[in-house]
Parts: sequence; C-alpha cells; structure tokens
Amino acid sequence: MSAPRHPLHLAVALDGPHPAGQEPPGPDGARRYDADHYVRLARIAEHGTLDFVTLGDSFARPGPDALAVLARVAPATARIGLVPTVTTTHTEPFHVSTTVSTLDWVSVGRAGWQADVSTTEAEAALFGRRPAAPPAEVWREAGEVADVAARLWDSWEDDAEIRDRASGRFIDRDKLHYVDFTGTTFTVRGPSIVPRPPQGRPVIVVDATGADDGAADAVREVAAAHADVALVRAEDPQTAGAARDDLRARARAHGRDPDRLVVLASLPVELYAPGDAAGLADLIGDWHADGAADGFHLRPADPARDLGLLVDTAVPVLRERGLLRRAYPGATLREHLGLPRPANRYALAREAS
Amino acid sequence: MTTPRTAPQPGARKQIHLAAHFPGVNNTTVWADAPPAGAGPDAARHPALGSQIAFSSFTHLARTAERGLFDFFFLAEGLRLREHKGRIHDLDVVGRPESLTVLSALAAVTDRLGLAATVNATFNEPYELARRLASLDHLSEGRAAWNVVTSSDAFTGENFRRGGYLDRADRYTRAAEFVATARELWDSQAADGHPGPFDHAGTHFDIRGEFTLPRSPQGHPVVIQAGDSSEGREFAASTADVIFTRHSGLEAGQSFYADVKARLAAYGRKPDDLKIMPGVTFVLGDTAAEAQQQAAEIRRQQVSPQNALLALEQIWGVDLSAYDPEGPLPDIDPVPESELAQGRVKIADPKAVADRWRALSQAKGLSIRETVIETTGRQSFIGTPEAVAEEMDTFVQSEAADGFILVPHLTPGGLDPFVDRVVPLLQERGVFRTEYTGTTLRSHLGLPDPARPVGKGDRS
Repeated sequence: MSAPRHPLHLAVALDGPHPAGQEPPGPDGARRYDADHYVRLARIAEHGTLDFVTLGDSFARPGPDALAVLARVAPATARIGLVPTVTTTHTEPFHVSTTVSTLDWVSVGRAGWQADVSTTEAEAALFGRRPAAPPAEVWREAGEVADVAARLWDSWEDDAEIRDRASGRFIDRDKLHYVDFTGTTFTVRGPSIVPRPPQGRPVIVVDATGADDGAADAVREVAAAHADVALVRAEDPQTAGAARDDLRARARAHGRDPDRLVVLASLPVELYAPGDAAGLADLIGDWHADGAADGFHLRPADPARDLGLLVDTAVPVLRERGLLRRAYPGATLREHLGLPRPANRYALAREAS
Repeated sequence: MTTPRTAPQPGARKQIHLAAHFPGVNNTTVWADAPPAGAGPDAARHPALGSQIAFSSFTHLARTAERGLFDFFFLAEGLRLREHKGRIHDLDVVGRPESLTVLSALAAVTDRLGLAATVNATFNEPYELARRLASLDHLSEGRAAWNVVTSSDAFTGENFRRGGYLDRADRYTRAAEFVATARELWDSQAADGHPGPFDHAGTHFDIRGEFTLPRSPQGHPVVIQAGDSSEGREFAASTADVIFTRHSGLEAGQSFYADVKARLAAYGRKPDDLKIMPGVTFVLGDTAAEAQQQAAEIRRQQVSPQNALLALEQIWGVDLSAYDPEGPLPDIDPVPESELAQGRVKIADPKAVADRWRALSQAKGLSIRETVIETTGRQSFIGTPEAVAEEMDTFVQSEAADGFILVPHLTPGGLDPFVDRVVPLLQERGVFRTEYTGTTLRSHLGLPDPARPVGKGDRS
C-alpha cells in the first residue's frame, strides 16, 4: 500500500434540503430555488480552504440543474472548486463537454464534473429516445463520454488563437483538431466550439464505490481510465484502502501514473455540536493514518447545519495536526489537488510528427 | 443636458426596448484594429478590444447593458465551427462558451438584466432543456429567455447523437412541438412545488414523468424566435414573445411589422404580446461626417483582403485564391450547389449575386475588396448620438420596430459609447426607462404573465 497524499484533501457535498423544499411558499404561493442558499454554503467551504464542493444531480432529482447552480456560484466565490454531477446516458456528449468547459471558463479554472449515469425506466421515459439499459452498459458509455469530453477540451491547442493581422487569421487552424470519436452508441466529429479551458481539462470525478448492480467492475474501470478524483463510499478504513489499492492498480494497468488519481473516502456526516466535529477530525486523522484515502469527501445530512460546524471546529483541529493546509496553494482546482495541468494530446502528437 | 427638442409629452410615446448582443462569430466583429503609425504590435490593440471567451468580457458587456437599463443580454450559438474549402474557417473571431452556463454565471453579477440564450431545438431534448431554462429562471429570479433556433444540416449533426438531416418542413414542426412541450413541463408543477405528472405523446416527442422544478418566477421563460421567413413569422406569431429580425429600411420594417402583428389575432393574441426587435449595428461620431468616416473605416476592418476573397468564394463556390483582392472580379460564373462553405446560410441564387457585383464593380471601377466593402451591409445607425436617438425613435414611433437588439463590433467595450451617449438622449425624449420598474424580463418587456392551465397550481 502506497502512502496517501499529505496534507489530505477535503471536499464537501452541498446536496441536502434546499430551503425552498422546507419553508412555506412565498406570498404568491410559489416556491423559489434561489441561489443564495448554495452561495452561502460554498463560501463556508471556501472559508475552510476545502478543495471543492460537489452538487449531485439526476433528471429525477427535485431542484435546479446542478451545473447551472454552480455556474451561478462561481462569480460569488474565488477559490473553491466546483463539481456538479452531469449525467451521460440521455445527454449529448458534445453538450456535456461544452457546459463543463464553460464552467471552467466562468470560474477561471475551478471546474470539475462528477460523471454519472441514468439507469431507471422513469428517467428514460423523460427523454423517450432509448430504453433503460443495464448499469454496466451505461457506465461503459459514461467512460466513452468522459473520453470524448476530454478530447474535445484538447481539440483547441492553448495557443490556437493568434490574431495575426498580417495574414488576416484569427486562429491557426492547424492547432484545431477533429476528434472523430466513435463510441458504442454515438459519434462526435469536433472540434469543440469552446477554446481549451483554463485548466486544460476540468477535473473528472467518478464515484468508484461500485454498487452491487453488476456495474462495479465497469465503474472502477471508468474511474481508473478517466478520473482525476475517485470517490469511495466505505464503512471502514480497510474497505476504503482496498478500493484505493484496486483503483491505483487499475490506473497503472491503463498506463497512468497512479499518483494522478486522487482517491477520496466519501463519508456521510451528521454534526450537532462542536464535540461531533472534533470527533470527525479524529476519525479523518485515523483513516488517513491507516492509508485509507488521499482525502475525504464529506456528505453532510444537512449542509446548512453541518457545514459551519465542520469548518469552524473540525478544520482547525486538522490544521493544527498538520493534516490540512491553511491557505489555498493556487487558483485552480487542479492546483488544490496537486494535479498538473495536462499537456494537450494533439499538440504532443503534432510536435512528435 | 439640453431640453428635449422634438419629443412630445413623455409617457404619450411608445417605449423602446433595447437588448445587447454579445459580438458574434463572424466578420462583423472586428478583432484587429488598424495599427497607429509607427506603433509596435502590442500598441495596436484598441482599449475596447478584449477576449471573446474570458468571463470578464461577458461581465463587462452585461454590466454595461444593465447600466443602460437594457431589457436583456443576448447570446448566439454555433454547434459546429464553420468550414471553408474543407478546412476550418480561420479569418473571423471564433470560440465561444455554452450560453446557458455563462448566463447562469452572469445572474450573479447582474440584478435586473434579462438573460437570453440561443439554443437549438434540433440538437436538444425538451425535458433537459426545459429544466435548464427553468433553472436559469429560478437562479436569476425571473430573467431567463430562450431564443429558439432550428437546424437541419447534417454538417452540424456530426457532433450529435441524433446525427444529421431533419427535413426543412420538420424543423418548424419540431420546434413548435418542442416549445409547446417545454411549456407543458413548466406548467406541470404546482407553484407550491407539488409535483404533477406530464404525459406528452406527439409527432416528435413521446415523453412522460414528473418535472422536478416548481413553476419558475416568470411562469415561462421568455421565448424569442429569430427568423424572417413566412414559416418563421407564423411560428413567432403563434408562440414567441419576441421576434429577432433583420433590420431594413423604414418602409420594409413597417411592412414586416404590420404583417407579423396581423398574424397574432388568429392565435388569440394581442399586438403587444409579441415584440419585434431587429438586430442592428451602430456607429457614433461627434459630427455626421466623422461618424460616416468611422463607419467606412470599420467596414474596411471587417473586410480584410483575405475576407474579401472568402466572401467571393462563398458566392462563386470555387477556389479564387489566385485572384488579387485589389484587382478586378472574376469573369467566370459561379458553380451552383457548391459545398465550399459549411455552417453558413446558403446563397439562393449565386449567379444573380455575381452579376450584380460585377456590374457594381464595373460601374464604379471597384476592386474585389472594394466591391465587397461596398456590398457589405452598412451599419444600421450612423451619426451623432442625437441623430441616432432620433432615428431609432422614429423607427419605433412609426411602427417599424418595438426596439432593437444592438450588435457592437468590438468585444467587450463596443456597447459603452451607446450607453453613455445615446441612452440619455432616448430618456430625454421620454421613450426609454430611467429605472427598472420590475424585476423580471417579462416586466421589462411589458409582457403578460403566461396563463396557468386550469387545474394546475391551484391545489388547495
């Protein structure tokens, strides 16, 4: 078992009850999903110098589109990484790529996305385009979507925009590339309509726990092949550590440096008092010492209640123990995670030829 | 400020609606300013000239529009980079973000400005898009708008699951069913968030389930339709809140206006229920002569020697790279049905256009580039701020338009002169708001709140 990253990484889920779902309707009888709730939570997380926040999504989930919410949060925050769930089963891979890329542009390099799938007949009926498919099948497709999204991000080289007055050319078209991707269920020609975003490639997150639905192997493969961050839900540090070892081995098998795959243990938390938060800091320290994970993705039962305690109480304890940084080391999510900005595959190929 | 000159009683005059178009992916947007004599390469950049993709540019233009009390900010869309002679077109500004995501972010840096996204009805699905638009409407507290466009080309389809071709006739039926379906979804939840099922079985969409958002602040985001064809007009009359049209002369504008407004009654709608807003460009100067000179200079910048040849090739349909842009037009005839240019509107009768251009070139002794400059659309409004304000007002008071979608030629500073110099004059004339009176885009546009279907939202 290789030693986990130090200091550890910390992320938090913003999912949970929105006030619009709890409070009585306004004077006009309407319930509004205002953005302030999410802005408030993201700012608390940022105050704690957490790496990123996640916001889950599915087409059956009540509430607004998660990526739109975090785009709305972006200008109201400065450093925190923003990772919405974007599903790949009923969506267009091209749109997935451009929306995530745009989130990176509006947040100036703080975007990621958690790739997820839609497996139910109810979700399929919302689109009426294809029937529900087995989880392993849609997860393999999710891997293809993650692959093509990243190729589209690379389809503009960083210096493609030249604004050369002498030749009248705005771009050097030799630095724009067709991706010509053929997946099992779709094809994409490219190039992207969006120039390469600030991080080069926004961070790809996959929940690699692997549910008992026949897709566990497919999910792990997607994470090992494409993810920058893998989340593992586990009850104990041994299970988490075993998943981490498995993911690192698989990443190596894909020819990747396993240190470029950050594995976070994803834990539900419920904090009612400062004592709970101090206990959480102990647990995090113990798991990390056991080599269970490179960091933690905490899923508060009620972020509006739990997040403040987490940041005010658990974070200072972890800092005192030298487990958590005191300030952001850089401006982008990749910098928070200690991941380099990826070289452009097409630029490398062009320079090699 | 001087007292208003010709304006009659304030309040008695029809109010102008204004929108700001982020500069486009085409040669209207100037990206290289003429270099000052003797200046180094870096000194040449105009202070109003910046990135077409950085979020700071979008923030600047949107805040300028809000400072000018505009109705809304407008983003166009392109889903495939244009090609010419089988290669990616490289002469114009290119590369832009995904509209709805940028607008969600702009909701954080503006308070009242409407936020309009162009989104293609061919390469999206109603459930997902209705959800994204309702999300923007919630997150912006009632400022979302959707400019519905359609596409039929297999070229763009190569980027999407559904692939290529959609029959031209099917484009509008799909778009109409798409908008109707989106409205069914927006109406399907009670205002208190109690979900109600929807079930739509139509020609293009067969979907059912539950929508996951309460009815949004505007009820329905504002629907914009861009297009001048008869089908487009009918579609707009049946379903749109705003029509984004081509700008033309006063009489042509009046004729279009009368035609579209007359179509509304058939759908049980009043003339005020659909706003007609042509897309316009403008050039301001301290004197009329200075404005004309500046306008001519901008057209020269828009038509570089390379762009002039490209404009010619789009008509001729063949490679003309051997021709000198400063020389005469080709005497060969255009090739019909050429596939030379992809991702652009096809020219219906290239031979007729070529003949017209050659006649013009011969009559005035113009080179290729001069001919293209001459035939490139002149800016819609050219003059002193006073003259531009008066001319715009005339268009609106004489029922050639309800307002304008302004297309600056510079990113992101191109709108500032208009807001600084023309808006105050429109206010003096009593034809433009001096403050926002409502919070939603519907309130800015004076549009009624959409009726809620009987049986929805009145759960008690």
